[in-house]
Amino acid sequence: MSAYIYIAVMAGTTYLIRMIPLVFFRKEIKNRFIRSFLTYVPCVCLTAMTFPAILYATNTVVSGTVALAVAIVAALWRRNLVTVAALSCIAVFVTEWLMQTL
Amino acid sequence: MQRNEFTLGLRDSLPVGVGYFAVSFGFGVTAVRTISAIQATVMSLTNMTSAGQFAGVGVIAAASSLWVMLLTQLVINSRYALMSLALSQKLGRSFGVVQRLIVAFYNTDEIFALAMQRPVPLTTRYMYGLGVLPIVGWASGTLLGALAGDILPSMVSNALGVALYGMFIAIVVPQAVAETPKRVAVLLSAVLSCLFTWVPWLKTVDSGLAIVICTVVAAAVCALAFPIQDKEEASR
Repeated sequence: MSAYIYIAVMAGTTYLIRMIPLVFFRKEIKNRFIRSFLTYVPCVCLTAMTFPAILYATNTVVSGTVALAVAIVAALWRRNLVTVAALSCIAVFVTEWLMQTL
Repeated sequence: MQRNEFTLGLRDSLPVGVGYFAVSFGFGVTAVRTISAIQATVMSLTNMTSAGQFAGVGVIAAASSLWVMLLTQLVINSRYALMSLALSQKLGRSFGVVQRLIVAFYNTDEIFALAMQRPVPLTTRYMYGLGVLPIVGWASGTLLGALAGDILPSMVSNALGVALYGMFIAIVVPQAVAETPKRVAVLLSAVLSCLFTWVPWLKTVDSGLAIVICTVVAAAVCALAFPIQDKEEASR
């Protein structure tokens, strides 16, 4: 089967997931619980995606852990998104290079 | 004024566009092991999702059925339904059906985060401005990564794999430091996520589904424990 058919199914499914709530739930939600719930969604969702997955995203858990630590410290320093991302990439590269050479 | 809003959107999303370029470069590098460089680029241009695309390439590699593909995307990307629901509340009356159909295409984790953290009402121009650079960055990064995939040392492409997580951390940490309820929410979510990774029976749960469960449970618990103030109360 052509990869394009798979890609079309992926794109269609993903678009509908994003589009339906945006187009069909337009009235302001009054319920305090639901509004509170939606306030917490972004940060808890990003957290669940990142941790502990980042530990296993590289060749070894060691470099993954270093990447996590470097990113947290950089974020605490309020560096912007790209700087934090770049620093964690560099941390992985340096750690794995050190482990290979030492 | 109207044009300024568009420019402002472009400016705010520049770091996301650059970040997407780096992350999708990593995606392109790995995707060409399964699909062609053009197919990988078309996938990025039409999907605008990181985890969903990584999983999608896996499904294609395994030559699974289209139903498996549909279910995988549904589970992994269902968090976008929650984000779209939250964003829908924030978009004002100036967003009609057509405008919402357009914004829906690129409501990614980071664009959603940028839109939600904007302190003033959102305009359509601003939202269009937010979309351009991330879309261009995501698609062009995929193409270049796919073309460079064979020449790049594995240690470099491996290091690029954490770029996405780095961006997520940069969004979450400042919020968790500033507000106690969000700090609790983040810690709770991290603990739940660990359970789904390491506890024997729980770790068999699909990783996309696990993210949805962690999100729903942690957000619901915190919504009960720390309900946000009503607008009228807050303005007093």
